[in-house]
Amino acid sequence: MSKGCLAANDWICGEYLRTRGQELTDATIQHVGITAAAVGIGLLVALPLAVLARRWRPVAPPLLALTTVLYTVPSLAMLALLVPILGISVSVVITALVLYSLTILLRNILAGLEGVPEEVREAARGMGYGPLRLLLTVELPLAVPALMAGLRIATVSTIAMTTVGGIIDYGGLGNLLFSGLDSVFKAQVLTASVLCVVLAVLADVLLLGVQRLLTPWTRARAAAATPQSAAATPQTARAA
Amino acid sequence: MDVIEGAWTWLTTGSNWTGDGGVWQRLGEHLYLTALCLLIAAAIALPVALWLGHVGRGGALATNIAGIGRAVPTLAVLVLLTVSPLGRSELWPTLIALVLFAIPPLLTNAHLGVREADQNVVEAARGMGMSGGQLLWRVELPLAYPMLMTGIRSATVQVIATATLAAIAGGGGLGRIITDGFSTYRTPQVVAGAVLVAALALLVEGALVIAARLLDPMRGRRRRAEPVAAPVPVTATT
Repeated sequence: MSKGCLAANDWICGEYLRTRGQELTDATIQHVGITAAAVGIGLLVALPLAVLARRWRPVAPPLLALTTVLYTVPSLAMLALLVPILGISVSVVITALVLYSLTILLRNILAGLEGVPEEVREAARGMGYGPLRLLLTVELPLAVPALMAGLRIATVSTIAMTTVGGIIDYGGLGNLLFSGLDSVFKAQVLTASVLCVVLAVLADVLLLGVQRLLTPWTRARAAAATPQSAAATPQTARAA
Repeated sequence: MDVIEGAWTWLTTGSNWTGDGGVWQRLGEHLYLTALCLLIAAAIALPVALWLGHVGRGGALATNIAGIGRAVPTLAVLVLLTVSPLGRSELWPTLIALVLFAIPPLLTNAHLGVREADQNVVEAARGMGMSGGQLLWRVELPLAYPMLMTGIRSATVQVIATATLAAIAGGGGLGRIITDGFSTYRTPQVVAGAVLVAALALLVEGALVIAARLLDPMRGRRRRAEPVAAPVPVTATT
C-alpha cells in the first residue's frame, strides 16, 4: 500500500509531503511574501488616500468609482494588462494585488473615519486639538476596527488571488496548482489548495489578534453591549 | 509601445473574430456560461436566503459562507475539479466552480437585505394582517431590493472573472485568448484578450447598475440614505 501512493496518483500522499517538502516550503514562502508585499503597499497607499478623501470631499466619489472599476477587472486580465508595462516579473502580480486590496482598504478606512462621531471631534477641538493631532490621536484610532476589518478581508482574498500569478510563475502555491494541472498530479493540487486555505485562516486569526491588541476599548464596550442586544433578540426573532 | 500597437492590430484583424476559437465564439461561450451559472446559483441561493432572512435566522451561516467564498481560491477549486474524475468532461468543472463562487455574494446580500428591512415597516404590515408570504413579497423584498441587486452584481462580476480563469483549466470563454497568448508567447494577443475581458466585465457591471435603477419597485420613493463609502463586506473577485 505505502509503496506507491505517488505512482498511484493518490489524492493524499505522505510520500509526496516527504519528498517535496522543500518545494512546498519555497512556494509557501513566496506566497506569503507576495501577499504581505501587496497588502502592505495597499495599506500604505490607501491610508493617505482615505485621509485625503475625508478632508477634501469632492475627491471621494471619483476615487471610489475608480477603485470599483479596477475591482471589476478579472484578475487574469489585470495580470495580462500589466505584463507589457512591467515585464514578466513578480511586480506584475504584486501590482495587480495592490490594486485589488486598495479598493477594500480605501472603502473600509473611509467608512471608519466617517464613523467617528461629530461630538467626539468637537470635544477634541474644544480641548485645543489641531487637525493633525485630531487625526492621529482621535480619528485614526477610532477608525482602527473598520480598518482592521478591511485588512482582514483584503488579506484573505489576496491570499486566494495570489494563486492566479502562477500563470507567469509568480503565484506561490499557485505555481504548484499550474504544474499539478499540467501533469494531473492529484496530491500536489490538493496539498497546494489546502495550504492556501490554511494560510488564509491563519492570517485571519493573526489579524484578529492584532485587532484585539490595538483596540482594547472595544472589548469592554462589547461586554457592556451584550445585555442590550440580548434584550433586543426577542423582537427580531419572528415566527414564519 | 509595440505591444499596444500589436494588440490593436490583433483586435482589428477580422480573422481573429470569426471562425473556430474566434472572439465571437469565445464571447458566446463566456456569456452563455455566465448566464447559465448565475441562474443556477440564484435558484439555489435566493430561496434559501430570502426564507432565512424572513424568519430571522441563519445570520452566522450567511457570514461563514461569505468567508469561505473569499478564502478558498477559485483557481484551486477549478484545478481540483479538473484533475478529479469530473474533469473528463470539459463543462462540469467550470460549471460547478462558477455556481459555487456565485452563491456566497447572492446568499449573503439577499439574506442581509431581508433581515435588515426596516422593522417598523414590517411590524406595521404585520399589524395590517399580512400573512408571512405577503409580508415577504410586498414589504421585505422591495425593501431588500438594493441589497439583492448588489448581490446579483457582485455574483456576476465574480462569475465573469471565474469564467475567465476556466480557460486555464482547459475551458472556453474569452480567457482562452489570454491563456493561448501566454502559452505561445504572443504578448499582443494576451493584451488584446485582457482588453476584451475587462471591457466585458465593465460593460456588464454598468448595464446591471442601470438595470437595477430602472427595475426598482420603489423607484424615486426610496430614502437616499446610502453613505458615500459603504464598507465592502461581501464582494469578492477572482
